[in-house]
Amino acid sequence: MTFLEVKDLNVHFPIRGGILNRKIDAVRAVDGVSFQIEAGKTYGLVGESGSGKTTTGRAIIGLNNITSGQVLFQGNDLNDKANKKLDFRKDIQMIFQDPYSSLNPKKRVLDIVAEPLRNYEKMTKREELLEVAGLLEKVGLSEESIYKYPHQFSGGQRQRIGIARAIALKPKLIIADEPVSALDVSVQAQVLNFMKDIQKELNLTYLFISHDLGIVKHMSDRIGIMYKGRYVEEGNTEDIFSNPQHIYTKRLVAAIPDINPNNRAKQKEFREAVQKEYDQDYDQYFDEKGLAYPLRQHTDTHLVALPGRG
Amino acid sequence: MKNKLLEIKNLNTSFRIRDDYYAAVDNVSLSVKKNEVLAIVGESGSGKSALAFSIMRLHNRAKTEGEILFKDENVIDMTATRLNDVRGKDMAMIFQDPLTALNPLMTVGEQIGEALFLHDRKLSKKVLNDRVIDLLNQVGIPRPNYVVDQYPHELSGGMRQRVMIAIAIANDPELLIADEPTTALDVTIQAQILDLIRELKEKMDAGIILITHDLGVVAEMADRVAVMYAGEIVEIADVQTLFEQPKHPYTRSLLNSVPNSTDSSKQEKLHVIQGIVPSLANLPRTGCRFKDRIPWIDDSVHEDNPELHEIEPGHFVRCTCYQDFHFPEEEVEQK
Repeated sequence: MTFLEVKDLNVHFPIRGGILNRKIDAVRAVDGVSFQIEAGKTYGLVGESGSGKTTTGRAIIGLNNITSGQVLFQGNDLNDKANKKLDFRKDIQMIFQDPYSSLNPKKRVLDIVAEPLRNYEKMTKREELLEVAGLLEKVGLSEESIYKYPHQFSGGQRQRIGIARAIALKPKLIIADEPVSALDVSVQAQVLNFMKDIQKELNLTYLFISHDLGIVKHMSDRIGIMYKGRYVEEGNTEDIFSNPQHIYTKRLVAAIPDINPNNRAKQKEFREAVQKEYDQDYDQYFDEKGLAYPLRQHTDTHLVALPGRG
Repeated sequence: MKNKLLEIKNLNTSFRIRDDYYAAVDNVSLSVKKNEVLAIVGESGSGKSALAFSIMRLHNRAKTEGEILFKDENVIDMTATRLNDVRGKDMAMIFQDPLTALNPLMTVGEQIGEALFLHDRKLSKKVLNDRVIDLLNQVGIPRPNYVVDQYPHELSGGMRQRVMIAIAIANDPELLIADEPTTALDVTIQAQILDLIRELKEKMDAGIILITHDLGVVAEMADRVAVMYAGEIVEIADVQTLFEQPKHPYTRSLLNSVPNSTDSSKQEKLHVIQGIVPSLANLPRTGCRFKDRIPWIDDSVHEDNPELHEIEPGHFVRCTCYQDFHFPEEEVEQK
């Protein structure tokens, strides 16, 4: 049984208009996406803003309604109404992008971290306090933080409070939506290291959503690249970075700034070559609406959205 | 030197917290030449944006002391009228967040046109409109005739950022300050925006101050780099030297904390700088300001009054602690 399987997921948002404000069209934010995540691994979902990566993550956890398709978590369809009452939603938790807006400023850390516990577990006040203290210790915050408010913490610390809340119910899958985009480089390092540590310790699986390819490469075992709601390429990390097949992926990889200033000229040349290829061959890689073709097997682990030939 | 565009001497910018003034920019001296990109790097709270705002005189209630010589004229002594002449014309700024920097009630065309009109009130509507369209073309906005009548909220992040750039370059400034110009953008758009800034530099011979915390961007863009920590410059060098032979512990720590996308070996752990940037009021004002974040280094190696030492021509490092600095994990290896 696959740990998480997404089958032909569609999330459409209606565009309303006309006299009766009827649905006249739909924005296909996620347009037929399928992928699988293995237990204990990190799956990176990459794409520019508006590509549907966040919507995919939110649909999996249930924050967006699924238009059609299935999300199978350990064999259970999350979209099936009969399953709605079951508790496996608590096995999926989310880390949000912005640690400044995802924590309620009027609540103490205790109430923030204990909220999922109060929803699912029956604990006495004392048990709850101990549990929260334990969670905070796990994320490297001192015990006196428990009665503080979010504004008293730095960005990295806040993100760790968010992580403490996400791991409170001992989830199996964590959806991390740009967890470090709002943070400074040094703090980024801290949070990323920490996410790797607890992954081992708690045997977590991550769906890591980001537009920063450097970070995705550092974190992920397998990567999916999205463009306009569809997949353009999927493969193991080496497949994507050493042997990108789709022109969109090539362009994305070429756009990563090189940390070595001596490669500047080379990098510029490379980027121009890729851009030229992109302009020339755009029609070959995308259909008449500018959307990607269905994925096809390239190697055992590597799938690319190329048009059918012959 | 003739082609020196901007020279900052002993700049102090202080903010008042309760009854005391605290320097967010503390005795900073640097210079920018024509056709040069100077990158300023540092974590949030290091004073890099405060420095940029001081150069543009955009601080409302800060106390600014020292000299900011823009083409030999001290910006600090400029009258309001003179400032209005210079700002937006000879020097311009690209702000970090286009959504808050653009006026939501004015169309894109009106905002760019305003920047042009304020510095040349004789422009006719027709000429103005042509210039605006031309600028939108320059920054690579597709269908400029259509975009010109749109409002900021109708544009994507990348487009808004381009509008900001169009405003900044409207009058061909000699000095362009770009405060995190690509932080909010996707990599492909980032690459395009950086290309655009690079083109401007070559075409107009402009000096550029690029403020960022993305070291990849620095490596790609900068000619020289100044690293700021807690209001001070801790290291300054040309870009090759800084990336190949970084000296100051802070510079080395920063470089070590970035996941390296081009390096195929997968390092498991990223370096983490201990502690946090101290807040303005809690800044240690004596001794090496970075001392608390490298506690495994012996106190005796720091200077009492850390100064910038020129260790090679053009390469300055503050404090002597760099000579004895090592990462904690290296210590284990040495033993």
